[in-house]
Amino acid sequence: MSFKHGRNCGLNIRFGIKMFENLTDKLGNVFKGLTKRGALSEGDVDTALKEVRAALLDADVALSVVREFIDKVRIRAVGEEVLRSVTPGQQVIKIVNDVLIEVLGSDESELLIDHAPPAVILLVGLQGSGKTTTAGKLALHLKSKKRKKVMLASLDIYRPAAREQLKILGEQAEVLVLPEIDGESPEKIARRAMAASKIQAIDVLILDTAGRTTLDTAMMSEAQEVFKLSNPSETLLVADAMTGQDAVQTAKAFSELIKISGVVLTRSDGDARGGAALSMRSVTGCPIKFVGVSEKLDGLEPFYPDRAAGRILDMGDVVSLVEKAAETIAEEDAAHMMKRMSQGSFDMNDMLKQIGQLKKMGGLGGVMSMLPGIGKLQKQMAANNFNDKAISKQEAIIYSMTKKERINVALLNASRRKRIAFGSGTAVSDVNRLVKQQQDMARMMKKMGKMGGLGGLKNMMSSLGGGSSNSEQVSESQSPVMDANRMAELQKMMGGNMPNIGNMANRFGGAGLPGLGGKPSKKRR
Amino acid sequence: MALNWFKKLKTGLSKSASKVEDALASITGKKSIDQETVDNIEDQLILADLGIEVAARITKKIKDQKFELNKNKEVEKLDVAKTLASEIEQILLPCEKNLFENITSKPHVLFLAGVNGSGKTTTAAKLAEQFRIQNKTVVLAASDTFRAAAVEQLKTWGKRVGAHVVSGVDGGDSAAVAFKALQLAKNEGKDIVIVDTAGRLQNKKDLMEELTKTCKVLSKLDKNAPHQKVVVLDGTVGQNAHSQLKSFNEAIGLTGMIITKLDGSAKGGVVVSLAESYKIPIHAVGVGEGLDDLQTFKATSFSRALAGLDEI
Repeated sequence: MSFKHGRNCGLNIRFGIKMFENLTDKLGNVFKGLTKRGALSEGDVDTALKEVRAALLDADVALSVVREFIDKVRIRAVGEEVLRSVTPGQQVIKIVNDVLIEVLGSDESELLIDHAPPAVILLVGLQGSGKTTTAGKLALHLKSKKRKKVMLASLDIYRPAAREQLKILGEQAEVLVLPEIDGESPEKIARRAMAASKIQAIDVLILDTAGRTTLDTAMMSEAQEVFKLSNPSETLLVADAMTGQDAVQTAKAFSELIKISGVVLTRSDGDARGGAALSMRSVTGCPIKFVGVSEKLDGLEPFYPDRAAGRILDMGDVVSLVEKAAETIAEEDAAHMMKRMSQGSFDMNDMLKQIGQLKKMGGLGGVMSMLPGIGKLQKQMAANNFNDKAISKQEAIIYSMTKKERINVALLNASRRKRIAFGSGTAVSDVNRLVKQQQDMARMMKKMGKMGGLGGLKNMMSSLGGGSSNSEQVSESQSPVMDANRMAELQKMMGGNMPNIGNMANRFGGAGLPGLGGKPSKKRR
Repeated sequence: MALNWFKKLKTGLSKSASKVEDALASITGKKSIDQETVDNIEDQLILADLGIEVAARITKKIKDQKFELNKNKEVEKLDVAKTLASEIEQILLPCEKNLFENITSKPHVLFLAGVNGSGKTTTAAKLAEQFRIQNKTVVLAASDTFRAAAVEQLKTWGKRVGAHVVSGVDGGDSAAVAFKALQLAKNEGKDIVIVDTAGRLQNKKDLMEELTKTCKVLSKLDKNAPHQKVVVLDGTVGQNAHSQLKSFNEAIGLTGMIITKLDGSAKGGVVVSLAESYKIPIHAVGVGEGLDDLQTFKATSFSRALAGLDEI
């Protein structure tokens, strides 16, 4: 691919596929060179920063923001701070990380809606940025997590069925939606919504506006008008995480006209490198309050700058993963499984449960993307046909087993295996493989019950989902999924002396991942 | 029409951060292109979302070019801008392809795909309008059974453009809707079927497979259907467009693309590197919310607008 950088070609050729790298990978490559050296010169810093600049631009961070960022990092990196440190590479990573967190905003920001009701939240943005969906998500969030009485009102009189869309979302979130009256102007709807909110004792009124380009002066003054008359507690700019350099223009134009109080970054579950977050944050000076992470109504998450920065620096989002796992998997379930695991009684029912939980957390891809240093691993997995489909296949096989078979795999003779293969639409070899995996896992679980830790988790990831078909024939170090050197490298990267990483690794190792294996948390018990 | 587009695009560009004129200002009074100007031009191309690699390559070509000096023995700004435009044009020209050319089959199936919010439904309506003007009968397939009120949105458009809208149940099988639409078009002798699919992020594997399946299902009624498979790209998108194009191309084998929202401050420059990497035809650009705001893509106009030049 002509736009790609030469230095990655080796990787591509090795795995036979052309891959798009994200910022995490790029910075990973940049700093790989640095971590291997004992000492670091100014020249090294500059070389690294050139790569950082390219990576940031490739990640769609706005040019002006990139310049600012690079300057800040250079000032801090060159000189004593770096030269005196024991591992210069890690020191630079830390500085880049620190500056990144600074630019992204150093703390999370709650919605300011707790004053005299009704508090108004105004959503603005370009066409198709995701305002209406975000309105629905916010309504659900405020209702279920903040116990607020919410009303939704659509001021989008332009896009066909926009108001119908909000109405449906409101019904799904079980909040009030202002009834539609034909022929009203957005300003008039806003006034009616405010009056209705007062009468119905609404805590939070969410105003969803029409999408507009910032060059459309008539539409922009309409937004200004609505802003003035509704006097919002929060004015959120809804922006697509995939936005390119235009992020700066959009952010500037909106914040010059109305007082933006925060940004919602939608489609953050895509594979966009997400430079827009950095751009929006530094141009508006407003915190990114939420990120949209799915098409479903509960797909709204708070934005954590430190985590986002960690992700950019290939540190993954381990904290997020742990929390998500904790939310998804009931405590008792986990405790139960831990007990069984440590006894070594891990049967097909347990495996089925694990597969289900993995799926709930957004499938393998979702879980993997949250783990540090896993970008490359993920690509290797893709290359090795290690995917969610394989997992669904395994699920089907287990479902085709009888209750007795699920508990006692020893029952599975040739004719039973044939029947299961037929029932699940797979081949007998698939069934055999699954049985072997289950036994491998049971063994590993028993071991991990004693050891705990991330390494175990990764090994387990590899054995879930068909990876082991390779390891049967190929020795472990040769198999792309199980490449031991790579594992060691990844773990070294995480085990560095950065407080942040160490902390996360501790939390990870300590808390463990119920349902994914690992030592049960002492705190939890 | 082309002029209209050019004007809108030019307005957008002139108000945006990327101002090639300003970048070239530093050349005034100089006998050759110096590093300052080179850097300025490169920055402007990056700001237009061309991506660092393409930006660097184009700028290098300009640097290596020998420009004739004017009577004051200076490099003429206009000459540089023209060279810039022609470099971009060379990349884009092979991808310029009218969507409405070579529509021979009946019914002809046009399949629209893209990420969420890129403008598929609006584009479907605009295309239906163009076909209506060409006296062709259109069936719109509301294959987006997921997003709330997506069907209602397409139905409203369908009424405005006089197209028959085929829909299914909410949350139902989107491939079945497309199938039904094609069947109806065949039975009733309609000319065109436009399939409006649900938006999906390109890294959602199962959703991408759904697209593959929908195309496969359509081919059961007509082995050449869908005849055109077009990705709708948001003009404000940055380098992620590469990932989008790659994934959608892998899923359904794209025959073209349409770039939307170019009436805003975004420049859509990523299409230049897309054109270079994928050689997928660029059919049209969306420049507004009106039914007639879909215009044929012209490589020359687009390049000149990017270089800050007036249309010829």
